[in-house]
Amino acid sequence: MKKKLLLALLSATMVTSAFSGDWSTIKIGTEGAYPPWNGTNAAGELEGAEIDLAMDLCERMNATCILVAQDWDGIIPALQNGKYDAIIAGMSITSERLEVIDFSQGYANEPATFSTQSSSALASTGTTGPLNLDLASSAGGLAELKSLLDGAVIGVQGSTTHENFVRQELGDSVTIKTYDTQQNLELDLLAGRLNAALSDSGSMEEFMKSNPGLAFFGPKLGGGQFGPGVGVGLRQSDTDLKAMFNKAIDEARADGTLATHFIKWFGKDISM
Amino acid sequence: MNFVDFCESLPNEFLGLKVQLMCNSTPKLLGGVPLTIELVLISLLIGFLLALGLALMRISKNRFLNVISRSYVFYFRGTPLLVQIFLIYYGLAQFDFIKESFVWPFFREAYWCGILALTLNTAAYTAEIIRGGLQSVPYGQIESARAIGMSGILLYRRIILPIAFRQALPAYGNEMILMVKGTSLVSTITLMEITGIARYIIAKYWTPVEIFLVAGVIYLVINFLVTQIIKYAEIRFTPYLEHAKKTR
Repeated sequence: MKKKLLLALLSATMVTSAFSGDWSTIKIGTEGAYPPWNGTNAAGELEGAEIDLAMDLCERMNATCILVAQDWDGIIPALQNGKYDAIIAGMSITSERLEVIDFSQGYANEPATFSTQSSSALASTGTTGPLNLDLASSAGGLAELKSLLDGAVIGVQGSTTHENFVRQELGDSVTIKTYDTQQNLELDLLAGRLNAALSDSGSMEEFMKSNPGLAFFGPKLGGGQFGPGVGVGLRQSDTDLKAMFNKAIDEARADGTLATHFIKWFGKDISM
Repeated sequence: MNFVDFCESLPNEFLGLKVQLMCNSTPKLLGGVPLTIELVLISLLIGFLLALGLALMRISKNRFLNVISRSYVFYFRGTPLLVQIFLIYYGLAQFDFIKESFVWPFFREAYWCGILALTLNTAAYTAEIIRGGLQSVPYGQIESARAIGMSGILLYRRIILPIAFRQALPAYGNEMILMVKGTSLVSTITLMEITGIARYIIAKYWTPVEIFLVAGVIYLVINFLVTQIIKYAEIRFTPYLEHAKKTR
């Protein structure tokens, strides 16, 4: 009888830790190489809009948060292996990622834009308006973009929505180079090894501030491969943690702090 | 049965590993082998010639040449290959005078930056290996050669270099293997050799363990072939030792 009770107790505790979890401490994975979303300052500390946001959300969830820096190309496997419990790293919600992980509601949305050297022919074509790939009417703009970039060498950060877009939409008509970090991509664009880079506008704008000689061109891309926005990446089994993050994001949006974090780091409100 | 059917005949998962994905990724990863081999062969070849010069400078009595060789080896052996690759690829591109000069078409290409870094790196290690070989040549043999009238280039070509290479061969075999593995670092400068392709596939399917396992096996096979070549060369260059083994 005693043994049975003990077993029942044991299995009860196991069930709680596996399914509802004790979320008084939450480990959060971020890249730390994607300013102003999440960067690393000269002192080696993580900083950026998402670092502030993570701390803010944790306070709302009454949790102690530990931030872990993780290379981008391993950021999803490490979540799945339990190295941390959530990803806050400028990660767009996409259907491909939703097959392996889950996301909270979106908290920010920033269009993807091409950039190039200011002196290049591509730069002289200038920027055009938003192009929402979810709309059928985007086909014309897409075809225009394709002919503009025909034969160009285009750089993207690997395993990003930007890489997916370039491979799927431009594919054989361009040469694609992938980089492990956004910073290495920016350096190679500046060096003139690339005709164009595709990245999110915010991080490229940040780089352009300290490195003149680069310019945006073409449309502001959204929807399609880029998904409906950036959210907190979570394991599919942690539905309770997802509910906690959704509630905290709701609160931060309602009292205006969500927008404040992005205005502070991006100089504009990209929250959603 | 073709390869695709073969992969499909495998279980989807085994011991928690996605076996079908590993199977399907193998041809893609093998697509990186030619570039890996190319990088190794070109840098070993140029690196060896450079190393030969450095080793001769190192044992020469000219202090100026000696210092140059010593410093070269000191810097290239003392800093990580990854740092050298980054400095050559990202570092040099930051200087306008390089971007405006005639060398830029060369440094613009990741391929040549990779070859240059690997070549300079292997030259430093190989110079030390060759120096060790040269200094291990017994003085008696040099004296004997002199006694029958050999000197200068002839003495080097007929006596010193063959004995030195023979002595240096096992250590040089090690260096060749290190170079095969060293090429994986150029994936960080956009070159799609075996590791570069592995990272690309991982990014697509989020399965680092499976893909790196396959990549690891490919490196293992390449290095197995390298060790076989070294072994064959050792037997060829030291037939008397083989003979001694058999008659012992």
